Amino acid sequence: MENHFPIRRIMDENGNIINSDYEEKITEKLVKEFYRNMVRIRIFDRKAISLQRQGRIGTYAPYEGQEASQVGTAAALRENDWMFPTYRDHGAAMTFGHSLRNILLFWNGRNEGCVPPDGKKIFPPAIPIATQIPHAAGAAFAERKKGTANAAIAYFGDGATSEGDFHEGLNFASVFKAPVVFFNQNNQYAISVPFNKQMNSKTIAQKALAYDIPGVRIDGNDVFMVYFETLNALERARKGEGPTLIEAVTWRYGAHTTADDPSKYRDQSESSNRRQETDPILRLERWMKNMGRFDEKWVQTIEKKAADEIDKAIAEMEDFPPADPAVIFDHVFAEPTWQIKQQKEEYLKLIGGGQ
Amino acid sequence: MKTAVEAKTMTLVQAITDALDIMLNEKEEVLLLGEDIGKNGGVFRATDGLQAKYGEGRVIDTPLSEAGFVGAGIGMAVNGFLPVIEIQFLGFIYPAYEQIMTHASRIRMRTMGHFTVPMVIRAPYGAGVRAPEIHCDSTEAIFTHMPGIKVVCPSSPYDAKGLLIAAIEDPDPVLFLEPMRCYRSAKEEVPEGKYSIEIGKGNKLMEGDDVTVITWGAMVPEAMKAAELMKEKNTHCDVIDLRTLFPLDKDMIAESVQKTGRTVIVHEAHATGGVGNDVLAIINDTSFLYQKAPVERVTGFDAPVPYFGFEDHYLPTPARIQHAIEKVMKF
Ligand SMILES: Cc1ncc(C[n+]2csc(CCOP(=O)(O)OP(=O)(O)O)c2C)c(N)n1
Repeated sequence: MENHFPIRRIMDENGNIINSDYEEKITEKLVKEFYRNMVRIRIFDRKAISLQRQGRIGTYAPYEGQEASQVGTAAALRENDWMFPTYRDHGAAMTFGHSLRNILLFWNGRNEGCVPPDGKKIFPPAIPIATQIPHAAGAAFAERKKGTANAAIAYFGDGATSEGDFHEGLNFASVFKAPVVFFNQNNQYAISVPFNKQMNSKTIAQKALAYDIPGVRIDGNDVFMVYFETLNALERARKGEGPTLIEAVTWRYGAHTTADDPSKYRDQSESSNRRQETDPILRLERWMKNMGRFDEKWVQTIEKKAADEIDKAIAEMEDFPPADPAVIFDHVFAEPTWQIKQQKEEYLKLIGGGQ
Repeated sequence: MKTAVEAKTMTLVQAITDALDIMLNEKEEVLLLGEDIGKNGGVFRATDGLQAKYGEGRVIDTPLSEAGFVGAGIGMAVNGFLPVIEIQFLGFIYPAYEQIMTHASRIRMRTMGHFTVPMVIRAPYGAGVRAPEIHCDSTEAIFTHMPGIKVVCPSSPYDAKGLLIAAIEDPDPVLFLEPMRCYRSAKEEVPEGKYSIEIGKGNKLMEGDDVTVITWGAMVPEAMKAAELMKEKNTHCDVIDLRTLFPLDKDMIAESVQKTGRTVIVHEAHATGGVGNDVLAIINDTSFLYQKAPVERVTGFDAPVPYFGFEDHYLPTPARIQHAIEKVMKF
């Protein structure tokens, strides 16, 4: 099966373009956008981990190593498309325009964290595994029914493909030719369970065969490949040709979450090797150097800008008004039921905050 | 009954590991299934070291597929094994809901006892540990509603070990709820070796003649705190830890509420449709004429368990419990 689904790439580890079909499409603007966004989300990720360690946010799910997959896909979306991320895809969400402050609020246990900026169709991160996949199929199906050219993308990990929801979502989208891209980040582990114990299938891309939809396997650390393949899948979707399953083969360097200890179940030296060899940001940097387009000063400027933007978001998160317990009751139904009204009134009275 | 054998100080989660170890050792048919339970020892380390001891054939890391491994667990149980399944958090049991509700619960009934499902499903539950959303559900009531499944919920290391052993030996499917908040919050002496605690029996933790406080799981320490504080105000509580939510200990409830005539029920799950309502029904059925005040319930609100930024507001506190105790006293 690996032969039927070879890992496709545009750029190799050394930053050389090995597929000339794309050479012309790689514009200066695109490259800068990719680089800037990958650096931005990496700084965010590291900062979030340190915030968690200092007790300034709760448990956090890092994605370092998966920047190309998250940035490349988000960059391929159009303004009116839908995004269905998991708890690990805030890098994609912020690239697609989610507010950094709200993403931090989410990790700080606040409801505001699930609210995207106005007009942005970004769903709250899926916490249960694979449940967002049918949602993406449904939102895309709705766009098709409405006759728009909008599409949806759903993110999920390798472990997610074992859940029923994955299969049900793909089948549904296939039957109804829903304009959706199923984007799998195969980071090789579902917490402690390695790929080869998660499934007997050799690839995830091959699972598309069962639903008679295209399945492609790409290098998830090659931002060019991720971008162009997602664009391609989105284009097919917009034309009414239905869903695509993309398997982006990648690697997450760190822990599953800040509550997890990966040294128990995987050899961390693999992560340091990969950092030096296949890192998505380093690879783009190598490409820029090969092309004589690497500008140290520009890199410093964007790093500084990203760090400032993130610091500002952290300050906003920390200055955010303290949790108002009324929020617990206020958004359960459009019109609160008598139970909620009564419970809210009694509770606020008890804590001395109410009428 | 505590026995006089050697005892060891343990946390609740260590007591669970101990129970699993004893049962894996005693019966070849016992096997563990779940996500990350092998090499990783489970996200809460409840199965730590067990795969190394019993092998990958007995402590099995499954694919990420609750419907798959609960459904397969049913198949294994009807075919001679005694599967003990770990759901990572109760909030992630829902993919397996169909398997539990429509199959595990009624295979005995459908086959008039020809096929049975002696399976245990362990699930950590509850708020108060600053876990992300959905990790904190305490939706036990949707399982007590379905006949054919027993629902057990220990609050202490001693009970956890004895009840888990009883659950594994029970001929019917048991949902075994583990309060995350109690996993490591307290230690106590737990006898080494095998002992069991009867499923369906509550435990009286404090004797008092004024008010009956009925609770379970993670709310037990909160109720005890409130009852201790009430002593200073000369109000004495009978505190009952139900330990089993289906079937409820009707006799213990009736005996106590007939003595006190005043009751406060405490649970962290939502009020509507909560197990507290079944306790109320028992009080109504057995002890209506003994009541001196309407029964008070202190529960989670009828709103989804909020993100951890708000969970202190959601969870019943000793102050809320005391308030309810005072209310039934003053009525
Ligand atoms: C239905 C369900 N079961 C279990 C969990 C606990 N859990 C959270 S993440 C995870 C592993 C997910 O692995 P994968 O799908 O490969 O994504 P990754 O986290 O590696 O990005 C598990 C088991 C969950 N969130 N939802």
